[in-house]
Amino acid sequence: MDLARYSPRRMAARLAEGIDGPLLAITIALVAVGLATLFSASYEQPARVTAQVANLSVAFVAMWLVARIPPQTLMRFAVPAYVLGVALLVAVALAGDVVNGARRWLHIGVTRFQPSEMMKLALPLMLAWYFHKNEATLRMRDFAMAALMVAIPALLIVRQPDLGTAVLVAAAGCYVIFFAGIGWKVIAALVVLGLASLFPLWGMLHDYQRQRILTLIDPTQDPLGAGYHTIQSTIAVGSGGITGKGWLHGTQTHLEFIPERHTDFIFAVFSEEFGLIGNLILLTLYSLLIARGLMIAANAATFFARLLAATITLMLFTYAFVNMGMVSGILPVVGVPLPFVSYGGSALLTLFIGIGILMSVHSHRRLVQT
Amino acid sequence: MRLEELKDHERELHFFQLRIGFAGFAVLAAFALLFLRFFQLQVVQHDTYASKAEDNRISIVPIAPNRGLILDRNGVVLARNYSAYTLEIFPAKVRDLERTIQELGDVVEVQAKDRSRFRKLYAETRNAESLPIRTRLTDKEVARFAANRYRFPGVEIKARLFRQYPHGDLAAHVVGYIGRINAKDQEKLEELGVEANYRGTDYIGKSGLEASYQQDLHGTTGFEQVEIDAAGRGIRTLARTPAQSGSNVTLTLDIGLQEVAEAAFGDHRGALVAIEPSTGGVLAFVSKPGFDPNLFVDGIDPQSWAELNNSPDRPLNDRAIAGVYPPGSTFKPYMALAALESGKRTPKSAINDPGYFEFGGRRFHDSKPGGNGYVDLYKSIVVSSDTYYYQVANDMGIDAISSFMAKFGFGAKSGIDLDGEATGVLPSQEWKLKRFRRPEQQKWYAGETISIGIGQGYNAYTPIQLAVALATLAANGNMYRPHLVSAIENLHTGVRRQVEPVLVNHIDLNPDNVDFVKRAMAGVNREGTGARSFANAQYTSGGKTGTAQVIGMKQGEKYDEKKVTERHRDHSLFIVFAPVESPKIALAVIVENGGFGARTAAPIARVVLDYYLLGKMPEGDAPGAPKPGAAEEEEEGD
Repeated sequence: MDLARYSPRRMAARLAEGIDGPLLAITIALVAVGLATLFSASYEQPARVTAQVANLSVAFVAMWLVARIPPQTLMRFAVPAYVLGVALLVAVALAGDVVNGARRWLHIGVTRFQPSEMMKLALPLMLAWYFHKNEATLRMRDFAMAALMVAIPALLIVRQPDLGTAVLVAAAGCYVIFFAGIGWKVIAALVVLGLASLFPLWGMLHDYQRQRILTLIDPTQDPLGAGYHTIQSTIAVGSGGITGKGWLHGTQTHLEFIPERHTDFIFAVFSEEFGLIGNLILLTLYSLLIARGLMIAANAATFFARLLAATITLMLFTYAFVNMGMVSGILPVVGVPLPFVSYGGSALLTLFIGIGILMSVHSHRRLVQT
Repeated sequence: MRLEELKDHERELHFFQLRIGFAGFAVLAAFALLFLRFFQLQVVQHDTYASKAEDNRISIVPIAPNRGLILDRNGVVLARNYSAYTLEIFPAKVRDLERTIQELGDVVEVQAKDRSRFRKLYAETRNAESLPIRTRLTDKEVARFAANRYRFPGVEIKARLFRQYPHGDLAAHVVGYIGRINAKDQEKLEELGVEANYRGTDYIGKSGLEASYQQDLHGTTGFEQVEIDAAGRGIRTLARTPAQSGSNVTLTLDIGLQEVAEAAFGDHRGALVAIEPSTGGVLAFVSKPGFDPNLFVDGIDPQSWAELNNSPDRPLNDRAIAGVYPPGSTFKPYMALAALESGKRTPKSAINDPGYFEFGGRRFHDSKPGGNGYVDLYKSIVVSSDTYYYQVANDMGIDAISSFMAKFGFGAKSGIDLDGEATGVLPSQEWKLKRFRRPEQQKWYAGETISIGIGQGYNAYTPIQLAVALATLAANGNMYRPHLVSAIENLHTGVRRQVEPVLVNHIDLNPDNVDFVKRAMAGVNREGTGARSFANAQYTSGGKTGTAQVIGMKQGEKYDEKKVTERHRDHSLFIVFAPVESPKIALAVIVENGGFGARTAAPIARVVLDYYLLGKMPEGDAPGAPKPGAAEEEEEGD
């Protein structure tokens, strides 16, 4: 009896508690693609791959821990996480480190981190909690309140300035509002209003942000400056062809034509070496991930869990879409890593915590289907 | 009612799932759009992009700027560049580093020293394309390697500019040295946001002026658009933006004076700082022993590094700004001035010196047994009476002393244009409260004030502080920030920027009092403790000798030089300005373990003044310029 309790099988079962098989499998596949590409992007120097493996281990443990926390408990973190996130954003604005002309980093002991990264999860958590609390009586007023809660961190991040992250954080907020059931008419009205406000918004943008948008329309007008990234990455993707140039054989990569090839532009490396077939596989992996996430959301037990799971899933989609879009030259260059593939510790941590939340929602789903 | 709620819930769920479906559809549409774009790029336009990638052979190569020169006040070159061939390994392109280095040894000479230096560089440097295994190849070696080049993929010969310090260890602490950019330097560059300008630069100032004027000396990096072949080798240059050389930095320092001063130290350890009182310009800046900065240029080999770093003489330590010493009796002129300014003493105030001062049942002894008899303020400086200043200190109290001394820059960084300056200690009640933890240690005892009066006790200052204080006194209370650089010349724009003297502080002093102290100091060199060293000088000068205890002596215990080991002997100090009427130079000398100030420090000062004011070289060995240590049976006062 005692022996049985400590049998390897039971131990494994306890360790795997809360872990969703399909999600785990898809994530591991994406991570494997990432490591192989990173190895090539680092000129076959394994040091960066080792560092990424270390990042992955940390992120994986975080996912495992979060997956075991029931959504009801997660709900309790919503307000503190949001308040802390906003407070840290204010702290960054007042006393942050300036790197490359932007004030995004905050010193915490020996390390630095970006509070905007934290906001990517804290904001959906907050909004999901807010809508859940007012579930029975949702009115226009609540949506306006939610919009305010999105605007505060988003504007703070725009001011850093980090337009890309601000848009992503705002998008996450919009997803929650969308899933919470804001009327289609309101959405339509907002879209029209949004388009109309583009003109005054243009005036508020920093020069480098305008430059990025202008070079998106015509990258060739600044081939050695802002357009360089897009031109070189499009060449990398295009020259990859159907089958790609083969792993470790990308000329764009290995002759150093692709800037930021470990991080934001790693998809150019992948696409050059694995071609259209590789891209199709990657798109399939992301589609499976998103399908699984949406399924988990659809079957979630509470309003809170539903909103959170659906939003996190759409965020994963957004990162993947925006990143691949910018590398292939149909979206402006904003600092968004390719989920699970790009090099970098803090982004990985956020992603894996997101996956952990999805797993938690799944293992606490509605058990009775009526 | 409950049924209705349930129904409502169901409807809401249905509603949510509708939106999920919509989201799924949007995702598919977006991915389809991406796929279409990939199809367009990789299938439809593949040929165009493939040939673009093929033609994509223009690499942008940075051109490192030439580093600016460092020149003395007369234009003598102290740091320059020369071109030489190096043999460099590209670690990323070499399969087996150890074997490659081994085989290179057959073609060119590779010593164990070169190997260990390469390993050190390889471990320390990140993101470096290539690292030198050998520097300064001979023409023969270049030819031999060229013939064997096919055997060594990933190894290349490069022509590089090297830094050279033609004067070797002379003024090494002033000039400093450069070294390879390491991870820490890289971080600092990134913090400053200038890392783009350092693409192509391998070296950076590590110490001395090479470090503190790094940004001026470095220049602006240029770029070259180079067409490269499939293997990444350059074929031809398409366009070129030349680099802009770094600025030349001209010093206030006179290298001739520096040489005389350093030679005067002989084998002694110590420091000397000479300042022009009217500007704050540093004329000589000695920290002995020095080191050869040329050792650092190619990356110092571990053995030489260990020798320098572990030597008990601490040659890498810049004593002039980072060494702290008790000022000994060189503190007395300022004490006299403090007593005059505060009204605690007049020039006529006199004591009858029994050879000790009694306080709280304790006897504070004068260095002259039996005392100096009748001592007035003038004589107190000339013969360096301890008893007199024990009393002055006791009458003034610690806080009055420390607030007066603070005006002269004691215990504060001078702000000289070098990194790594020490603060020293200007003792006060407040300082003690901060310095110590235990309450009984935090309290200031009146007995502690007494030895402060003769420059002992907690007093601890850097040689630069002693020199700045004296220059301030010499300039009647005008304190100029000490500086080593007089001009920075941008070769590209041709603009020569003069460094203007910065008046840091004007101390409001009674001119009569300043005059009195100066006269008393002139008396020191005419008839007092400095007289032997300044015999027959052709100019007037005001000096003060000093001796700083290295080991604490119990009251009543007699210091016997023969009994203590060399390292525990007293430090010898001397401060002097000249000419007395219109001072052109003020200097402070400290000779570690040199014994009485009059014996070793004062003769060094004499040699320096003779050279600076008269242009006299010390070889003359005039009777008035005794060699250090010659004045064996000098005076009574310290």
